[in-house]
Amino acid sequence: MATAPNPATTGVEAGTPLRMYRQMIAIRLFEERVNDLYTRALMPGLAHLYIGEEAVAVGICEALRADDYITSTHRGHGHCLAKGAAPHLMFAELLGKEAGYCKGKGGSMHIADPATGNLGANAIVGGGAALATGAAYASKVLGQGRVAVCFFGEGALGQGVLYESMNLAQLWKLPVIYACENNLYNEYTHYSETTAGDPVARPAAFGLPAETVDGQDVRAVHAAASRMVERARRGDGPGFLLLNTYRFRGHHVGDIAREYYRPKHEEQHWMAERDPVALHAAWLVSEGLADQAMLDRIEKEVAAEMDAAVEFAQNAPYPDPQRVDEDVYA
Amino acid sequence: MPDTVATGPGPAPSGTALRELTFGEAIREALAEEMRRDPRVVLLGEDVAEAGTPFKVVKGLVEEFGKDRVVDTPISEAGFTGLAVGAAMTGLRPIVDIMFGDFLALIMDQVVNQAAKIHYMSGGKWKVPMVIRATMGATRRSAAQHSQSLHAWPSHVPGLKVAIPSTPYDAKGLLKAAIRDDNPIVFFEDKISYAKVKGPVPDEDYVIPLGVADIKREGRDITLVATSSMVQVALGAAAMLEEIGINAEVVDPRTTWPLDEKTLIESVRKTSRCIVVDEGYYRYGITGEIASVIAEGAFYDLDGPVRRIGARHVPVPFSPPLEDATVPTERDLFTMARQMCNK
Repeated sequence: MATAPNPATTGVEAGTPLRMYRQMIAIRLFEERVNDLYTRALMPGLAHLYIGEEAVAVGICEALRADDYITSTHRGHGHCLAKGAAPHLMFAELLGKEAGYCKGKGGSMHIADPATGNLGANAIVGGGAALATGAAYASKVLGQGRVAVCFFGEGALGQGVLYESMNLAQLWKLPVIYACENNLYNEYTHYSETTAGDPVARPAAFGLPAETVDGQDVRAVHAAASRMVERARRGDGPGFLLLNTYRFRGHHVGDIAREYYRPKHEEQHWMAERDPVALHAAWLVSEGLADQAMLDRIEKEVAAEMDAAVEFAQNAPYPDPQRVDEDVYA
Repeated sequence: MPDTVATGPGPAPSGTALRELTFGEAIREALAEEMRRDPRVVLLGEDVAEAGTPFKVVKGLVEEFGKDRVVDTPISEAGFTGLAVGAAMTGLRPIVDIMFGDFLALIMDQVVNQAAKIHYMSGGKWKVPMVIRATMGATRRSAAQHSQSLHAWPSHVPGLKVAIPSTPYDAKGLLKAAIRDDNPIVFFEDKISYAKVKGPVPDEDYVIPLGVADIKREGRDITLVATSSMVQVALGAAAMLEEIGINAEVVDPRTTWPLDEKTLIESVRKTSRCIVVDEGYYRYGITGEIASVIAEGAFYDLDGPVRRIGARHVPVPFSPPLEDATVPTERDLFTMARQMCNK
């Protein structure tokens, strides 16, 4: 079983390089529309864009089954989409509409969806670590064969509960993968200023196998994730992926003047040379798996889907304030 | 003081033979019965298996249910509590054992930002059916980090329910209800009561709904609202008051959230006087909230302001005479009640 098929683009099979391209372009175009809505003051709150990191979410989620679990982060739109979320329900949630995934009660940083195994985006840095470990624990106890992936940024390397979780996962051989997206910046601070030692020495200390992966190469991510997932699913315990990537945009949409913490030439280098969508497109063409016309067609179809999704969300009604007290208790 | 304090019979079906159990035995029985009833119930915590915790309350469970369901954890309260939250979302009904309630400070992100909010943040899609058992109560000479009664903390947070039983009957019925509830529940057990408080508990299965107060002693002159360990203190004070002609009613909310406001207000409308006593800190605590609920609901029937007695606003000290000075006593309650009744 792969992630839920997306009916908008026909002829793109699950688990194939073309499917991964489609999923990455979906995230890219989704996020561009978030940026547009936000800068036009049509979206409340904060918007943390995943642009530049698409290969991480897609490479990993394409290695998962639909009933596997993920936990996501404040920068979570990409994880949610890659795990099978429907764009129109995500946009509705981002705009605070009743039709959204969480009835407008969660917003951008809390998209959650049991139907796609999404335990929720979490706005506490490292907040998903113990939850994903617990889902893996339940899967093991209940004999379900499900794997849980905990996505987190390198900023979460500073959170103690991550290490408590890795210790528990290894002691109890739980099927959980800790996926550290190192986009180099803990908000506005370079990770070298916050992170002593080697990131992968941390999982090694608990006996977790760790792989360092080029997070801009979706095929490399997918291959590494597939190895870890297969290992976890057969009962060999947790794993750790360090995915070197880059946040093309600011910490959030309003983070425009960034030169005080990262130089423009660095951004330009990553965008020009290390764009995961462009890299994968070039590979598809060079391997003869697609031509530019086909890629253009996919992009056009996805763009139409995203525009329709935005329109759906904009036309959807807000929740009735009378219902604010609902869902506090089950 | 006697070694054990007897509690009155709970509202059990008439004609049923009632056994006497200690508070700790009643809790163990509730855990065992619910684990037998539902294979999804697991118990996680430090030294819960062979050791049965330092209080021995869960002793014997591992023999019946095995180490897969009675699970010793590392000393990682945040880690295993958060793990239980994730497991609760995905099909188990975990109970975590927080050996000392003071360690709530270590798990607050998992409880407050995760467990309490996941149902709401997901628009009602995910549920977190779990119980966090934590101890409370001073006078064990355990000093400032092993003696606090912090039940006001979770009571402040929407999405959590908080139980704070005082008798073996209530402890068993409330714990069984908590385990069957689909929400995260923090369940506070008074350490001193484990062995000291004894009372009747029926043989058959029963649950006590969360959010229903119990009148532990009927009276007409003054209402003593008391929680957990303070129920015994209030009953002792009521006996002293009876000797000077004051007939006190003792009401135990049993849960701080949901709070049975109706029973509290009705009692005070009848008696026209009220003292709220609780072992949590006096400042910004349970007593303040309950007093204000009563003041709002029974204002025109009150003869004077609702008074409060709580733990002194200091870290719990070690030295016995110092520690004893921090906890409300029967004499404190008696003196205040007598003054309020002009006797």
